[in-house]
Amino acid sequence: MPKQNRPDRTRRLILQSALAGLVTGCGLAWWPKGARAADAALWPKDAFTQKTEADAIKALYGKAAEASDQVKLDAPEIAENGAVVPIAVSSALPNVTSISIMVSENPFPLAASYKIPPGTSAMVANRLKMAKTSKVVALVESDGKIYSATKEVKVTVGGCGG
Amino acid sequence: MASTIRVRAVASGDVTEVQALVQHPMDSGFVKDAQGNLIPPHHIEVVDFQHAGKTVFTALWGPAVAKDPYIKFNFKGGQKGDDISVSWVDNKGESDSLTAKIS
Repeated sequence: MPKQNRPDRTRRLILQSALAGLVTGCGLAWWPKGARAADAALWPKDAFTQKTEADAIKALYGKAAEASDQVKLDAPEIAENGAVVPIAVSSALPNVTSISIMVSENPFPLAASYKIPPGTSAMVANRLKMAKTSKVVALVESDGKIYSATKEVKVTVGGCGG
Repeated sequence: MASTIRVRAVASGDVTEVQALVQHPMDSGFVKDAQGNLIPPHHIEVVDFQHAGKTVFTALWGPAVAKDPYIKFNFKGGQKGDDISVSWVDNKGESDSLTAKIS
């Protein structure tokens, strides 16, 4: 009898561990897809820590931008309070996949970047901080190319402190 | 505790306009407190907007986004009564999320 039991027990053990492995494996594979939460891993740290606008564009998109009148940048001529500057970007370009906004004179020019999946309009409005009078650059990625529009915004009181 | 997120999504025809406000200090890391010490950076990094199990908009934010951030965008396919979920995570790993109905 013991001789017969042993293989049985071994088999059960193997089955159990296989099942456990399957369950944990599934759990691991499942979690990122099932999670309905913002994923910090998406944050492009490299682009957000570049000190110049050109480096930030390169870090974010891996290529340079070309100016286009198809990129519409709405920003005030004069911002009295640099801590809250309303800025909106939109574009009529086809297949827009991302919109980013740079403030050239800020310590880190890249302020915000937005991912636009199919079905979402190429439009975003937000509020940014500006340390001082600066060029604001809107970047739109369309069909894999980067297009830009630039506007100078005068800041009366800076919004980055110091 | 009340949510840090307020979201208003309005469907008009085929297009849903989403406006969201998040309560967050968005400390840039360049501002000093009353004692003259730098306040370390504390800002939201990623905001994810989902409709029908699909991400419809992702915001990636640096410290230059203004305090208590505001965001507006449009997407196609939302219906009145549908859920829209918003979630954010910041550089300290804090996070919040909220689900609202499209009106």
